[in-house]
Amino acid sequence: MTSRIEARFEKCRAEGRAALVTYVMAGDPDLETSFEIMRSLPKAGADIVEFGMPFTDPMADGPAIQAAGLRSLKGGQNTVKTLDLVRRFRKEDGETPIILMGYFNPIYVYGVERFLTDAKEAGVDGLIVVDLPPEEDDELCLPALKAGLAFIRLATPTTDDKRLPAVLANTAGFVYYVSITGITGAATPDFGQVSTAVERIKRHTPLPVVVGFGVKNGAHAAAIAKGADGVVVGSALINALKGTLDSDERATSRTVEAVTTLVKDLSEGVRSVSKRAAA
Amino acid sequence: MSAKAQTNSYRTGPDERGHFGMFGGRFVAETLMPNILELEKAYEEAKTDPSFKADMDSYMTHYIGRPSPLYFAERMTEHLGGAKVYFKREELNHTGAHKVNNVLGQILLARRMGKKRIIAETGAGQHGVATATLCARFGLECIVYMGAVDVERQKPNVFRMKMLGAEVVPVQSGTKTLKDAMNEALRDWVTNVSTTFYCIGTVAGPHPYPAMVRDFQCVIGNETREQMMQAEGRLPDSLIACVGGGSNAIGLFHPFLDDRGIEIYGVEAAGHGLDKLHAASLTGGRPGVLHGNRTYLLMDSDGQIQDAHSISAGLDYPGIGPEHAWLHDVGRVNYISATDQEALDAFQLCSKLEGILPALESSHAIAKVIELAPKKPKDHLMVVNISGRGDKDIPQIAEILGAKI
Ligand SMILES: Cc1ncc(COP(=O)(O)O)c(C=O)c1O
Repeated sequence: MTSRIEARFEKCRAEGRAALVTYVMAGDPDLETSFEIMRSLPKAGADIVEFGMPFTDPMADGPAIQAAGLRSLKGGQNTVKTLDLVRRFRKEDGETPIILMGYFNPIYVYGVERFLTDAKEAGVDGLIVVDLPPEEDDELCLPALKAGLAFIRLATPTTDDKRLPAVLANTAGFVYYVSITGITGAATPDFGQVSTAVERIKRHTPLPVVVGFGVKNGAHAAAIAKGADGVVVGSALINALKGTLDSDERATSRTVEAVTTLVKDLSEGVRSVSKRAAA
Repeated sequence: MSAKAQTNSYRTGPDERGHFGMFGGRFVAETLMPNILELEKAYEEAKTDPSFKADMDSYMTHYIGRPSPLYFAERMTEHLGGAKVYFKREELNHTGAHKVNNVLGQILLARRMGKKRIIAETGAGQHGVATATLCARFGLECIVYMGAVDVERQKPNVFRMKMLGAEVVPVQSGTKTLKDAMNEALRDWVTNVSTTFYCIGTVAGPHPYPAMVRDFQCVIGNETREQMMQAEGRLPDSLIACVGGGSNAIGLFHPFLDDRGIEIYGVEAAGHGLDKLHAASLTGGRPGVLHGNRTYLLMDSDGQIQDAHSISAGLDYPGIGPEHAWLHDVGRVNYISATDQEALDAFQLCSKLEGILPALESSHAIAKVIELAPKKPKDHLMVVNISGRGDKDIPQIAEILGAKI
């Protein structure tokens, strides 16, 4: 059976373009607004959706995602509620792949087996867990693969050719190339170096390679889409959301639209680059 | 030593993947992994290189001022009326705490690895001061991350670090204490990974840090063994140390772990009390994953890390080193706790009886000496680690006691 992730990349390839992957924090700024944002993403042009699982101590995230996590936690978000959001999304949309992204501790505390069962049942397709390198594959990666969930790995500029095979060994779905050494929301990468890196990774794996970190607008997305199979955008969407909150950090009538407007811009950026010629 | 004693040893951990039982490991972002493997390799090489050891020994003697004395606290002993109490005087080290033992090791290692930019996290500021000191000594760039709350309550140390040429970055994220300083240091490291050496201040973080920092701190226990043999002709009967991350404690304990007859006590910070806000991760926490390792953590039912509280900035951390988590589970070390008030009382008693102002961290250990020593016979030899001196705490204590300085 083809997975939703495979099917979605297949569809993008058929359309001769890269995929747009969007990251928003589950429960930010509140449960219902978060759900409205999530369901609006595919219509605005997102091909794959990543939902952040909030954590108090996100050691690889910059200020935007740190603050989003704290807003979400302040509203009472937890793993149970995040899985509920996924279930509601899945009821309306059976095709868009859903990736949960976060840190290991909340999953570990929820219980690995229970989490995998519940996530699968809710309609999750893949997991990205920042603080689980291949050295810790026994913890979640191997059990996830067994449970039929893709464990998506981050490759970084420090992952050299010698290390890449280990990083790619138990991965599935796609490979997420982190374009910079740094935290989320930081510098915009050198696009030339990014495409060289993507080519390097593609020599090691048949999986699609998507690129994230530092993508802020449609023009950046277009630049990345030239070399990569997909573009991931997170902090920029969260900044757009944050810009609409009132002084108590509550959602306003503009919140959902601010996110979808940027997603449309990003989607146009991705669609402006034809990948047929290259194929 | 017989083969049997070896297999039953408490001193063989961690395994090659950095595990002490189920604890430890390397839970870090991929960006850092190559660096961590490089560090592990460099440390393994340095460990067996006689020139590294010679360098260490020389600076230990001439720069830090080791060995630190093992001092018979006669008036404290008389006052308590039980065990014979000895102080291991780590507060006499250059920079005023045990932290410098570890920093010396890591800075010499950073030099071997050609890293010129050093980052550190600090709570009480003692690790920051030690790092700033050795960076000054070796002409290295030094950036210290410190929670904004701690910057406020440890002002003397903040100024010291600046005098030493370090940049002190007040951390405004999260709870603005030690755990957030560590998050921020990790974020810096992820960003500047190729140029930067992360000098961790306690036996926490990803493998190889917990083992490496322990090894550098074991000088405390190794000296204590020799000094006690000289003073009393035998080993001590009990050991006591405060536990934040656990570096001064493991440094004292580790060389004695296989001497089964010796009672060992680690003292966590009970803050306002164990049923209120505290920092006693073993007593009040559960296993989880934070800052690169699995250990006991203070957290809620969703796995979100909770605020720790201790009067002492150096103990104000919601976790504990993984080797302590393991020693707790296997039952070799007894982990107990002291409240803010007990530590304050111990601080004052020690100052008046012995003419030694202990750090608030160390005062937690002394508080338990005050509790345990009277219950022991007069020939019981008890060693407490005076991990640091209290000068840095004077403004804070004066304020609590309502004195103007
Ligand atoms: C004097 C002193 N003792 C103890 C500690 C706690 O750290 P550890 O548990 O690693 O020894 C600190 C930390 O700042 C300290 O400054």
